[in-house]
Amino acid sequence: MGTVGIALLVILGVIVLLIFMVIGIYNSLITLRNQVKNAWAQIDVQLKRRHDLIPNLIETVKGYMGHERQTFEAITQARSNAMNAKTVAEKGQAEGVLSGMMGRLQVAVEAYPELKANQNFLALQEELTSTENKISYSRQSYNDQVLFYNNKKQVFPSNIIAGMFNFADETFFEIQDQAEKEVPKVSFS
Amino acid sequence: MWELIKANQRRSVVLFVLMGIILIGLGFVFGMVFDHKGTGGGAIVGIIIALLVWFILSLVAVTSGSAIMLSASNAKEVTQDVHPQLFNVVDEMRIAAGMSKMPKVYIINTDAPNAFATGMSPDKAAVAVTAGLLARLNRDELQGVMAHEMSHVINRDVKFMTIAGVMLGSIVIISEIFLRSMIFGGGNRSSSKEGNGQAQAIIMIIALVFAILAPILAQLLYFSISRKREYLADASAVRLTRYPEGLASALEKISNSNIDMPMANKVTAPMYICNPLKKKGMKMADLSSTHPPISERIRILRAMAGGAGLANYQSAYSQVKGGTSNIIPGGQLKQTEDIGIRMGIASEVMDNKTTARSSNDIMMKVDNYAFINCDCGMKLKVPSNYDGDEIMCPRCGARHEV
Repeated sequence: MGTVGIALLVILGVIVLLIFMVIGIYNSLITLRNQVKNAWAQIDVQLKRRHDLIPNLIETVKGYMGHERQTFEAITQARSNAMNAKTVAEKGQAEGVLSGMMGRLQVAVEAYPELKANQNFLALQEELTSTENKISYSRQSYNDQVLFYNNKKQVFPSNIIAGMFNFADETFFEIQDQAEKEVPKVSFS
Repeated sequence: MWELIKANQRRSVVLFVLMGIILIGLGFVFGMVFDHKGTGGGAIVGIIIALLVWFILSLVAVTSGSAIMLSASNAKEVTQDVHPQLFNVVDEMRIAAGMSKMPKVYIINTDAPNAFATGMSPDKAAVAVTAGLLARLNRDELQGVMAHEMSHVINRDVKFMTIAGVMLGSIVIISEIFLRSMIFGGGNRSSSKEGNGQAQAIIMIIALVFAILAPILAQLLYFSISRKREYLADASAVRLTRYPEGLASALEKISNSNIDMPMANKVTAPMYICNPLKKKGMKMADLSSTHPPISERIRILRAMAGGAGLANYQSAYSQVKGGTSNIIPGGQLKQTEDIGIRMGIASEVMDNKTTARSSNDIMMKVDNYAFINCDCGMKLKVPSNYDGDEIMCPRCGARHEV
């Protein structure tokens, strides 16, 4: 075999190697993107759970907390706003408002000792605490996945592959803290 | 997280190779002792026997290790209604860790506070906690403990402990067999051969030294890595919960109890969050214990300021221990994570009496007792084998359906 043959073989080898590398990177990008989608689905499950729990909660506490009608109305309103939100940013905004409201309700409960002794309410409160936790943990896990994916997309050489196949950046899910400021003041009169 | 698992695997491979060399060396030396003709065939037979012992033990451990561990510790699988909070906390940590399947949940009926996890992969995970632990810990503390246990599964520590434990076990068994055969059968061999008697004697001495040292060496290797993984699981747990104080105060409560766990033994002890065999005197505590001292783990957790990331744990570790050794595999630290610490949930302090009662209640629920609340405020606890449709309240005389 002449030198030309050997050179051809080397070039062929390099090309094959490159193709395998591209396939590998492409696949890992896809896997990461799927993990992001999967993590997002987890958040959705938990948000829906909270939306389902709220009417149940209000039903249980209504009898005890006669003075908090405005709070209930505000929560119900925030709930339906959150259920109608579509984009990631909108959801972050609306769920932030709802989170703030739920926090206020938890504080308000402290003033009702009979309520705190109610077994039904205690069970419901555990479910609520857990749901709030699950929401923040699923958000945490989603943001982790987004970070991995975005990092992978930005470093060499996967940034070239990501550019070739139009992999888009994913958005972090932030439940805005400033949303709490927008919560209407609850009057205790 | 993924990088962490990979780095862990690289570390384990080194350990497995070292233990493997010890195992094969044992087989080789012992085979030589029984090889009277000096052809070298004995050494090969020795190696084959050593590998066979290892293979059989591995097969048992991989296929039914979890089941053996759970039944040896008298753990009972429970449903959500036995302890809703425990299920919620496990589910929260599952979500935080991005696991797709909910681990099975077991409760062990004992008042000693402890917990462990098993499962070679996250899909086959199971967590077990004692009734005493559930009674003593508040929500945040329980969450810290479950995060630590699930980190063991996610970091593949359970897999590692099983494989390394099996290798350690094989080395101990083979050494034991050899030493015993020397004691009982050593006599007739010395007179059987006259040719290369001196060489045989030297091999014999080497073999004896090996038989005594190998298990010790293997144990030290095993323990040193198992301690590192304990720290790593603490670090991962905080990263999941974002609340170091939860795990710290849980560890404090667990270490304050000195109730022994009758269902734990030397083999299962390394799996627990804290060493369940505390009464046994620990002279060589630093070298031979599978767990780092609890007080030190608590100090590190409490020294975590500024964040709940792996890097924050590492700097707290260096600060408390003073050294420069790395708990977190290097690659992980390069990723700068900005992870804040969350607020704790307020909870009431329980006295000993309430703790004992709630621990008892949990044990009864695990044993399928029915709980009936009488209108007079009495709580009736009915065992599952109670026959009869009705039960009378001993205080007010009201009748209740069972």
